Amino acid sequence: MNRIHQKLQEGKKILSLYFTAGYPTLNDTVKIIQDLEKNGVDMIEIGLPFSDPLADGPTIQASSTQALKNGMTTSLLFQQLKDIRKSVSIPLILMGYFNPVLQYGVEEFCKKCQEIGIDGLILPDLPLDVYQENYEAIFKKYGLVNIFLITPQTSDDRIRQIDAASDGFIYMVSSASVTGSQDGFGNNQEAYFERISDMRLKNPQIVGFGISNSETFQQATKHAKGAIIGSAFIKFLTQKGVDKVGEFVKGIQK
Amino acid sequence: MNYNVDEKGYYGEFGGAFIPEMLYPNVENLRQQYLKIMAEPSFKKEFDQLLKDYVGRPSPLYFAKRLSEKYNTKVYLKREDLNHTGAHKVNNTIGQILMAKRLGKTRIIAETGAGQHGVATATVCALMGMECIVYMGEIDIARQAPNVARMKMLGAKVRPALSGSRTLKDATNEAIRDWINNPVDTHYIIGSAIGPHPYPDMVTRFQSVISEEIKWQLKEKEGRENPDYVVACIGGGSNAAGTFYHFLHEKEVGIIAVEAAGLGVDSGESAATSVLGKMGIIHGCKTLLMQTADGQITEPYSISAGLDYPGVGPMHAHLYKTGRAEFIAVTDDEAMQAGMVLSKLEGIIPAIESSHAFAILETRKFRPEEIVVFNLSGRGDKDLDTYIKYFKL
Ligand SMILES: Cc1ncc(COP(=O)(O)O)c(C=O)c1O
Repeated sequence: MNRIHQKLQEGKKILSLYFTAGYPTLNDTVKIIQDLEKNGVDMIEIGLPFSDPLADGPTIQASSTQALKNGMTTSLLFQQLKDIRKSVSIPLILMGYFNPVLQYGVEEFCKKCQEIGIDGLILPDLPLDVYQENYEAIFKKYGLVNIFLITPQTSDDRIRQIDAASDGFIYMVSSASVTGSQDGFGNNQEAYFERISDMRLKNPQIVGFGISNSETFQQATKHAKGAIIGSAFIKFLTQKGVDKVGEFVKGIQK
Repeated sequence: MNYNVDEKGYYGEFGGAFIPEMLYPNVENLRQQYLKIMAEPSFKKEFDQLLKDYVGRPSPLYFAKRLSEKYNTKVYLKREDLNHTGAHKVNNTIGQILMAKRLGKTRIIAETGAGQHGVATATVCALMGMECIVYMGEIDIARQAPNVARMKMLGAKVRPALSGSRTLKDATNEAIRDWINNPVDTHYIIGSAIGPHPYPDMVTRFQSVISEEIKWQLKEKEGRENPDYVVACIGGGSNAAGTFYHFLHEKEVGIIAVEAAGLGVDSGESAATSVLGKMGIIHGCKTLLMQTADGQITEPYSISAGLDYPGVGPMHAHLYKTGRAEFIAVTDDEAMQAGMVLSKLEGIIPAIESSHAFAILETRKFRPEEIVVFNLSGRGDKDLDTYIKYFKL
């Protein structure tokens, strides 16, 4: 059974962290993953850096630019992760843009993910129809869960369609924004979280974008199954370095 | 062979809409509406009226006698340089601002490199009383000061793109991020035949007025609608798409697309996408683009800011792949010399983008009786600084 499915069956709310592979320095990837698991994080999104990250705000953009400068590539990331399942057992998801995957070769990429023990992919610019027509069979063949996004602007019909196409969880973007754009949730988000919760979707939802501390984590997970923190964690890594990961996680869990 | 977009938004294997879900509602709404809106009699009437009275269309089709003598063939120039704001870009911004109004949008965003599309967008926003924000790379802001001032006079806000290489590609990223952040009231006026479907097709249709006019103008002058060749420069490909559109399926018309070779195709400082590019995804579109083996988009280079784009519109990628169009790459030096030739022989100072198209006359030989129509996409006022520095004027 895929580790994502297993994790989603546990009763607890899921804390998931995103970081950019190869940031702050090229070889931090494995250490960050291990430390996150040790400190009780439930799931990790490993960002594959891209030169033109359209859906990301300044924090993640800057980390991607730096990671690429540091020398990060798709093959290198796979190499860094090749023994990761000897030390880490929580679900690992690769998150990135579609072009690097396309250039690597979609099937080759998926095969490599399976070898390493990657559980799922989030590729925001791989649209639903293209996925279903061309890639779903490949993802399934290699046991990869593909995760789709919804936003406050996504219509109910479209959400139903995405729910039907999903087999894991739905990434619920908290507001109309790129990553890292806001702090705190207002009435609009409350209403949106409730609307989605009332739709009784087959897939649980995990909220991302705009979650930065324990307060926003609590708010986001009142209705949803879990939440993903990205920009706030990258900022922390930038300021405090990779040795204090536990401190960040404790701050969210308190 | 079909060279137009198919019902799924592709030109052969190129095109599509590779967008994050945040953009889906707007792009999907545009996809469902754009052909309907463009077919409305009231839309057509307003569009045609503005092109005539405000832009100054039809733009002349001019027989360039001295240029024809020099190169021993029949050269015609399609004078898009005489449009209001000085380039073909305004054909598209007029169309898109009318589209935006009908979609109920009140705020306009755009990207710009050289500033021509930014000025054309700021112009139509002033005309319609709409808020206008133009993203421009920090480096381009510094090197295109007069166009920045124009946009400001026209009431637009110019926001610097500070990420990446701080040029056109990054300005486009910033505009897309703005659209993600402002999905309800905002329309994004893309400035070339690029981006997710339906943008390449919509922009092409607005620009197709160029080839529509060439047809009847050439009929008047030469007694036939079809020239032997049409030639245009390609950045993202909007002036070329407009110049080629009505000839795509006319087999006897040769199509020539001219790319910027920069310092030379193999110099590492080039924007010749058809030679250097590989299939990939840029700004929501599957097309040919310049990238590393790892799929990171690389920085192009050309002396002309308007051709300095690492991709090419999906229609052109298809024309290249199918062999329907001949692609020629022209270096900075060749283009600058061609600009000087046109100035001296015809009294027309072209935009450096357009100079790239004329430069092929030096190497690509045409027969004396052949009619070759060049799209003169813009005037050279904006490039005077570059001409001054290059020729030490
Ligand atoms: C005069 C002129 N010609 C050509 C271009 C290139 O754009 P496109 O390929 O979309 O026509 C530009 C872009 O700024 C321009 O200003």
